Amino acid sequence: MCVVRRTWDWAAGMTNTLHRYGSGESFNDDYIVFAIPARGINDKGAVEKQRRFLEIARKHKPINMGDASHGSIFRPSKELNPTVHWRRDPKRDFDTVVNCVSCPSTVAAVFDNPDQVVAFIKELRQEDLGLSINISAALDKAQECARRAGLERHSVEYSLGFFGQTDRMADRHTLELSTMCGHGMLSFDFVRKLVEWVKQGRRSPEQASATLARFCSCGVFNPTRACRLFEEARRVGPGISRSS
Amino acid sequence: MQIDQQKCVACGNCVPVCPMGAISIDPVRNRAGVNADECVECYTCYRGMSMEKLNPVLVRTIRGLLKVFRLRFDPEPDVCPTSAITPDELTWPRVVRRAFSDPQVTHESTGVHGRGTEEVKTNDVTNRVGLGEVGYVVEFGRPTVGVRFRDIEKMTRALASIGIEFESRNPVTHLMTDKKTGKLRDDILNEKILSAIVEFKTRIENVPAVLQKVDDISKTLDTVVAVGVSTRCAEDGSSALDPVLVEEGFSFVRGKTNLGLGRGND
Repeated sequence: MCVVRRTWDWAAGMTNTLHRYGSGESFNDDYIVFAIPARGINDKGAVEKQRRFLEIARKHKPINMGDASHGSIFRPSKELNPTVHWRRDPKRDFDTVVNCVSCPSTVAAVFDNPDQVVAFIKELRQEDLGLSINISAALDKAQECARRAGLERHSVEYSLGFFGQTDRMADRHTLELSTMCGHGMLSFDFVRKLVEWVKQGRRSPEQASATLARFCSCGVFNPTRACRLFEEARRVGPGISRSS
Repeated sequence: MQIDQQKCVACGNCVPVCPMGAISIDPVRNRAGVNADECVECYTCYRGMSMEKLNPVLVRTIRGLLKVFRLRFDPEPDVCPTSAITPDELTWPRVVRRAFSDPQVTHESTGVHGRGTEEVKTNDVTNRVGLGEVGYVVEFGRPTVGVRFRDIEKMTRALASIGIEFESRNPVTHLMTDKKTGKLRDDILNEKILSAIVEFKTRIENVPAVLQKVDDISKTLDTVVAVGVSTRCAEDGSSALDPVLVEEGFSFVRGKTNLGLGRGND
């Protein structure tokens, strides 16, 4: 019999940010920089290097940060008390992300500004961690960041989009928000519900973004982009989030 | 996954959270329940939702009173007030669902963690995809549609028929009983998962034929298929794949860029 266990020993790189839905313009504020060791090659001693990656990232003011095995700066709580329904603590827990790295994994930092990305990569070059560093973003913007940091790209992976029964997918706003968790933890229905709540004024875009971010355990969800998308959906008017 | 019927207060918060739409409220019993056939054991409800530990009788009483007076409480949408969501003890073959759906676990049967491998993300260290080669990641079920293994097998069989050799460290490859034909284990074919990735590589000149095959087979599947391709860049950062994809009519905006800063341990 096989059993499922947590990946304390080694968690693979599956940030799954490749197929984020949106136009090129929609990714202007979306840059994910992640570090990953190669299993069996340079994963020994990777934990300390990954912590260092996150510490350096933190200096450059990321809008999210996470470890694929242990969660992001936005965390659900298993011990809430009822006051949470009136006063939810918007705390972003950077310390826990850094301190919880305990196995070779993928660690990621999300930025909404290319200048911060360039400065971060320059510092990573100086630090010479030896881990593979990737940028997940619009390809032209990622290449521009690399060149500004004095690097040429080594390899590139392209998203060719969706094939098959694409009529089973949701509308544009829902997809743009839902695909910010590439592991599929953000259901179409939940995204639609929050879009409706923002439209009805029951939640602000910031509150709705933080709610979605708590479901993305890798820390690659972009709350800045999400706020913008919620705001856009609100301006479009009622009902649009339900159309396919 | 299960909803503890003693604890559930039918608040409905967990219903839209489920990526598969597998949770609903039974109007007769006034409790939430999980459709086990549709549930992919992704743990989104259990891990993603925050929990309170309120007394279920008290919560039901308050909700009942509010209902009498036509009042509505506006709770946080991601909170289970009574910690009613309860994981199941999973056995084979159902355990495969969690291995391919919950990003924080692995499966001992595959020997590989996660839904795929490191792909091209560590190519600066592994040189898995060399110059003139193209790596493929064909992912089924994303975003948030789900897939059964019998649909994945249709694709692996079709790819095998044109001579594709599958990535040996990929979890789907580990579930093949015959890697030459792309045949998957019979006992998992009806299992539903959130997504799975099939990986392989070819020479760059084979890209049009492979993508055409993927497109053709995808149309016959009851799910969506997300496709990624990767290659090693030249010294100046240029990619020989760009003109090939343009020629094939693909537009590409988003991707992953490996900066080449990785190296083996000293």
